[in-house]
Amino acid sequence: MVANAVQIRLSVNGESHDLEVEPRTLLVYALRDDIGLTGTNIGCDSSSCGACTVLVDGRSVKSCTMLAVQAEGAEITTIEGLAATSDGDGLHPMQQAFHEYHGLQCGYCTPGMILASVSLIDEYPDLDESGVREGLEGNLCRCTGYNNIVKAVLQVAGKEA
Amino acid sequence: MAVTDDTTRAGGIGARMLRKEDGKLVTGEAEFVDDIHAPGELWMGMVRSTVAHARIAAIDTSGAASMPGVQSVLTGAQLADMELWVAPLPCAWPVTDDMVNPPHWPVATDMVHHVGELVAVVLAESRFAAADAIEHVIVEYESQPPVATVEQAMADVDHAHLEHSTNKAYTWAIDPDPDGTQAAIAAAAHVVSARFVQQRLIPVAIEPRGVLAVPSPMGGDITLYSTTQVPHVLRVMVAATTGLPEQKLRVIAPAVGGGFGAKLNVNPDEILAVALSHRLGRAVRWTETRSEAAGSTHQGRGQIQHVELASDADGKLTAIRVKIDADMGAYMTLLTPGVPLLGSFLYHGVYDTPKFSFTCEGWFTNRTPTDAYRGAGRPEASYAIERAMDMLAYEVGIGTDEIRRRNYINGGEPFEMWENPAGLSFDSGHYGPTLDRALELADVAGLRAEQQRRRETGAIRQLGIGLCTYVEICGLAPSRALGGLNYGAGGWEHATVRILPTGKVEVVSGSTPHGQGHETSWSQIIATKMGISPDDVTVLHSDTALSPLGLDTYGSRSLSVGGVAIAMAADKVIEKARKIAAHQFEAAPEDVEFVDGSFSVAGTPSKSVHIQELGFAAFTAHDLPDGMEPNLQEQVSFDPPNFAFPFGTHVAVVEIDEDTGGVELIGYYAVDDCGNQVNPLIVEGQIHGGVVQGAAQALYEVAVYDDDANIINPSLMNYLVPSAAEMPSIVTDSTCTPSTTNPLGVKGVGEAGTIGSAAAVINAVVDALRPHGVTDIEMPASPMRVRRTIEQADGGAS
Ligand code: FES
Ligand code: FES
Repeated sequence: MVANAVQIRLSVNGESHDLEVEPRTLLVYALRDDIGLTGTNIGCDSSSCGACTVLVDGRSVKSCTMLAVQAEGAEITTIEGLAATSDGDGLHPMQQAFHEYHGLQCGYCTPGMILASVSLIDEYPDLDESGVREGLEGNLCRCTGYNNIVKAVLQVAGKEA
Repeated sequence: MAVTDDTTRAGGIGARMLRKEDGKLVTGEAEFVDDIHAPGELWMGMVRSTVAHARIAAIDTSGAASMPGVQSVLTGAQLADMELWVAPLPCAWPVTDDMVNPPHWPVATDMVHHVGELVAVVLAESRFAAADAIEHVIVEYESQPPVATVEQAMADVDHAHLEHSTNKAYTWAIDPDPDGTQAAIAAAAHVVSARFVQQRLIPVAIEPRGVLAVPSPMGGDITLYSTTQVPHVLRVMVAATTGLPEQKLRVIAPAVGGGFGAKLNVNPDEILAVALSHRLGRAVRWTETRSEAAGSTHQGRGQIQHVELASDADGKLTAIRVKIDADMGAYMTLLTPGVPLLGSFLYHGVYDTPKFSFTCEGWFTNRTPTDAYRGAGRPEASYAIERAMDMLAYEVGIGTDEIRRRNYINGGEPFEMWENPAGLSFDSGHYGPTLDRALELADVAGLRAEQQRRRETGAIRQLGIGLCTYVEICGLAPSRALGGLNYGAGGWEHATVRILPTGKVEVVSGSTPHGQGHETSWSQIIATKMGISPDDVTVLHSDTALSPLGLDTYGSRSLSVGGVAIAMAADKVIEKARKIAAHQFEAAPEDVEFVDGSFSVAGTPSKSVHIQELGFAAFTAHDLPDGMEPNLQEQVSFDPPNFAFPFGTHVAVVEIDEDTGGVELIGYYAVDDCGNQVNPLIVEGQIHGGVVQGAAQALYEVAVYDDDANIINPSLMNYLVPSAAEMPSIVTDSTCTPSTTNPLGVKGVGEAGTIGSAAAVINAVVDALRPHGVTDIEMPASPMRVRRTIEQADGGAS
């Protein structure tokens, strides 16, 4: 029961998914409801919170600001696929750092926060504390007060606080 | 780097153990309510009132009902005819016998009383079909004059509920000696008289609320998944409201994305999901949108405070008199009327204040109901006394640290069981050292010199330094005390501890986490008690089928009530295991020692058995002492004999750009004393988050309503939750004054940060603006408000 459905193919975490979606479907709903990758969360309706952040061709994108159809042809990485993009066999270094620095409490903002952080230090490898704080401005956390998130990101950036 | 020290992995009480919860959360494996699906589920689309106060003249559902994917559209009147509920939504805290409590039905039938109140429900096959359909339900309203503010409520010209001739809901007071208070104020050398506004706040847990009710039509059972802090309370209340048998109802709070009080209510959507799924035999669900939350989830604060603080010539306090006008919103939800009372006992703060008088009046307005929000009543109290103390310091002409020192209970020296004038016994306290340490940590002496330099050079960016020395009341609560306050439940907490046949340990927790790290902390308690690895412990929680008894998580109660119950249950298991060990050793239990997880007979160390090995003996039950029941499992319901009273000193440092009015929080130092700490890493995290929430009240957040009681900033576009960019690094330290209320000596820390920070930040803002003659500023201290305050002060001075 999909009105005016369109067929799309999305590449997510290295796997290809053929979907039938309404043209208006946002990427975040395609990921969550159609593909079942529920690690990407939704925290707002104004592109303000960043809970829905994913990587599109390696750059962080709020997946509530993009239509699923616009993501065709791109490689999307969600939190479920992040660990596999790193060398080790466990967590991605950013996931590990969030754990070791207690950078999460309820964990709802965490997938988006981690992916935004991965993209941030990839783009600006030389960040200091204020750079990390500015760079994560689009991701809200209500639990941690950001203290330990910032420390975790700085550690991965090689700038231990 | 501290996090790789051996101690961080060791894992007993006091270790900075990394959290067990994290793995699922950093990989997306954790399931939140909106992640869980049931076959055949129907989505509720909520049709909400767009006016604050009106009679519903007509509802046309025909357009919506014929839309694709729509199963049905039900108005409030139709739902009432279906007899889906037997009672209105509950208020568990009727604070006085004559409190006005207008019936609050899940869906309005003829009158609406706030924007966002439900008027009809769409049931549809998908979330988008439901969302589309609600736009096509046409509701005709006959508007009534709304009561948009507390001041309007107090004027009592228009009425929030037409059937009541006053907006006043109740008057509640603690006033042991009104004449004495009056005499002390009349005779005082200094009296600070102030009016503070605690603006309404939107709690904004980043996970919106949501529900999924799954029936088993043949068995008559219903499972309710809810983004709730209180699965146990919810189960009782859903049963009482719907009339469905409690034993058929299972409530599960899966991963829950923050609560802060906003998820401790009993909400219309929860009742609707259960009742409709039961009636239709299909799963029913709903997930809130962020903007919808301004009408579908309760808000916090909303008080006007009048404070008179009296002292002698030296600034020694003689009396405090407080009058609160509290905005209930349109209805009494679960704890609405009691929230101001939770602060009532603390209006004298950490100061020895001989005369004390507190009165609160609750008022109905046509706005979203208020209820608990992080700190619930206590941030308001601490704000009022801490702002007033700063004002008094200026009056007396002494420093803001000195005024505090002169008034600390027991002169800032250690004490136990101090009787406060509101009738409580503070378990323990030692206030001097947190102030000393905070001043040192922040280098307040250096900051004062820099402040002086900037003042003398007329710098654009002026410095302000603010102190707050708070005390809070947590560990809710002794059941008898709650009974005395007309609260409709107890305050105990339940725990079960069992050693499984293979020696692993299962803990069943009545208190329910949503970010606080219970699985880690409870494992640490067991590790220390039993001398085992925390990795051998699993904590079950948040599901009434696994954990049938509990009173859940709010009021910084989890550790000091629930954690203590776990420690006590562990002790009972150890005692039973000791008897089995003694039986195996053919010794008397009194002669059997328990050290590092092993039982042995004193003086015969060769004979020893580890407690984890005894799990199997208790399971097979082949050779237990005569009369002993099989299995190693014990449970405890712990009812605390008293509250716990954590405290601390916070220092906020702000820079104000006097040209733009912009306030930047550039430093924050928190020295807290929550008694013994089970996991300092988690304690610090709670402080960090709490501090930012309080600072956000001070500087950014306010739910803005227009004259018609419409909320105008319901989305995160214009409701300003701070990001990392606005916040500084927070520097923490602690002192340790164990609680005397419980055997672990723990107090509670979930709300402390918030209770300390709003006052510290505003004290800093006012401190920066002092040279202009500014004595107060309302929250939030936005750039526009700061500029206006400076202009008014300068104009007034010239
Ligand atoms: S859900 Fe995408 S930014 Fe909030
Ligand atoms: S950890 Fe809860 S919102 Fe960030």
